[in-house]
Amino acid sequence: MRWLAVRVGQALLTALLALALLFFVMRLVPGDPLASLDDERMMSPEQVEALRARYGLDQPPARQFALFVRGALRGDLGTSYQYGRPVGQLVRERLPATLLLGGSALLVTFTVGLWLGVVQARARGRTADHALTVASLAAHAMPAFWLGLMLALLLGVKLRWLPVAGMSDPALIDAATGARVVDWARHLVLPVVTLALVSVAAAMRYQRTAMIEALAQPYVQAARARGLTERVVVWRHAWRNALFPVLTLFGLWLPIIVVGSVFVEQVFAWPGIGSLAAGAASARDYPLLMATSVLATFAVVLGGLVTDLAHMVLDPRLRRA
Amino acid sequence: MTGPLGATLRMAWAKPVGRAGLLLLGALALVAVFGPMALPDPAVQGDLLTESLRPPGDGHLLGTDQLSRDVLARVASGLRLSLLLGVLAALLAVTLGTLVGLVAGTWGGAIDAVLMRIVDALLAIPRLFVLLLALAVWDRVPLPALVLLLGLTGWYGTSRLVRGEARRLHREEFVRAAEALGSGRWRIAFRHLLPNVAGPVLVAATLGIGDVMLLEAGLSFLGLGVRPPTPSLGGMIQESRSVFATAPWTSIFPGLAIVLAVLAVNLVGDALREALDPRSA
Repeated sequence: MRWLAVRVGQALLTALLALALLFFVMRLVPGDPLASLDDERMMSPEQVEALRARYGLDQPPARQFALFVRGALRGDLGTSYQYGRPVGQLVRERLPATLLLGGSALLVTFTVGLWLGVVQARARGRTADHALTVASLAAHAMPAFWLGLMLALLLGVKLRWLPVAGMSDPALIDAATGARVVDWARHLVLPVVTLALVSVAAAMRYQRTAMIEALAQPYVQAARARGLTERVVVWRHAWRNALFPVLTLFGLWLPIIVVGSVFVEQVFAWPGIGSLAAGAASARDYPLLMATSVLATFAVVLGGLVTDLAHMVLDPRLRRA
Repeated sequence: MTGPLGATLRMAWAKPVGRAGLLLLGALALVAVFGPMALPDPAVQGDLLTESLRPPGDGHLLGTDQLSRDVLARVASGLRLSLLLGVLAALLAVTLGTLVGLVAGTWGGAIDAVLMRIVDALLAIPRLFVLLLALAVWDRVPLPALVLLLGLTGWYGTSRLVRGEARRLHREEFVRAAEALGSGRWRIAFRHLLPNVAGPVLVAATLGIGDVMLLEAGLSFLGLGVRPPTPSLGGMIQESRSVFATAPWTSIFPGLAIVLAVLAVNLVGDALREALDPRSA
């Protein structure tokens, strides 16, 4: 169990260092987060000083950092300038919507992305392979906010197939459960497609490489020689072994999805943490922006930890490192 | 062309993908460099009543926006700024990353351990959030500061890559021999290790340009990067959001410019990677 303790300890150290860096960024930038309040809100210097005391900005840096870490761990990083409410409360309210969107995007990544990678590997060198490669390169070059707007324009505004904003239709608030679930699902389609596109492209690319390698192994030849059907050879023999390297990417996808959700939620007015962060950035709402950054960082550290632990459970050799 | 740049271009040109990327990039660079000279001033507004939101057509190839400015002229200016920021920030990022990676890889031991722990922590904070936090204090960020911030947040991956290569090369005989002959660590790092990591660094630099361009577009879209009235591709899409359903050309073309430019850069990067490391193809 030593390996478990070591890896968890590493994650804690990384998270603490990351918090220190975030704190450093906050202190490093010219002026302090409250400086602009002077002229923008026409507050008296005394009022600004009182606010400074309230946020602990008048304390020595070491004490400030201790307060910051404690606040970050308890989800209490001050009061939003925009909403005048504790940022922890705002984040907790928005969390379910983000988890629904991000979780759906991950699900799409794991199913569609991996499946396309296998399709590509089997069609290696043929038209389907080249077409999917070009599509994946284009996906990597596309800003999520622009793709979202274009999909909204085509499927929402022009064709009127799907709703383009929000999470549910307010008119259906008293409708039957079935109708409301269908409504949610329809609202979910465009944001999920937009958010998942890049991670699907990445998943596909890695799965293709892993699958090509697996298909070249002697046991695949042996399976074919035994007269097994192609489906059994591909999915039961090759794919099982090609899945392992691709799982490593979970740690890589999480940051993509966390960052992507900032833009996607903003474009589709999705009431999650991403649009909260985007709004906080535009409004220069420092406490709220910091809270969402801390949460995004924790999500990334946790994603990396879970990936590594899963690997260590599946492959005992990795526990030695 | 001779020299390292010429060699790089020839390497990319040798692959069909790289050739497509270079041709596309060349065409876009022409638009970015000469467009702003040949086209109407992107800041000039025509008559707001008759000239605003004109669809693409005569007089304005890509139409006009809600302030009756020529969309093509603004796309050309935005593209120029985007490419410039991308190249400068990516250069800064790979320089920093190479330095840190070489130091960690050559010195090893405690220096390596500390540097790599810090890099781990830096990688844990999504780059976008660091930039949002740093940019939120500025009302209008000066462009050099934007380059600096984009560069300072882009070197972590390169440093890991270079450090790994340096550790691996450190065990090779030619490095051992240099050490035995009394070469100092700096000399080993720069004379012996650096030339051998140049390839992967070059690929990282090229792909880094595309990353920066996408980030800049995103930041400007959120209102924190390049601010109006300076035309930026992301900013244009943000500015025309209220009219995007009725005048889609105001957001279609700036977005297409981003996609094509990033695609071109990434194609060149992929071609270089294939040329330098045939296994990854």
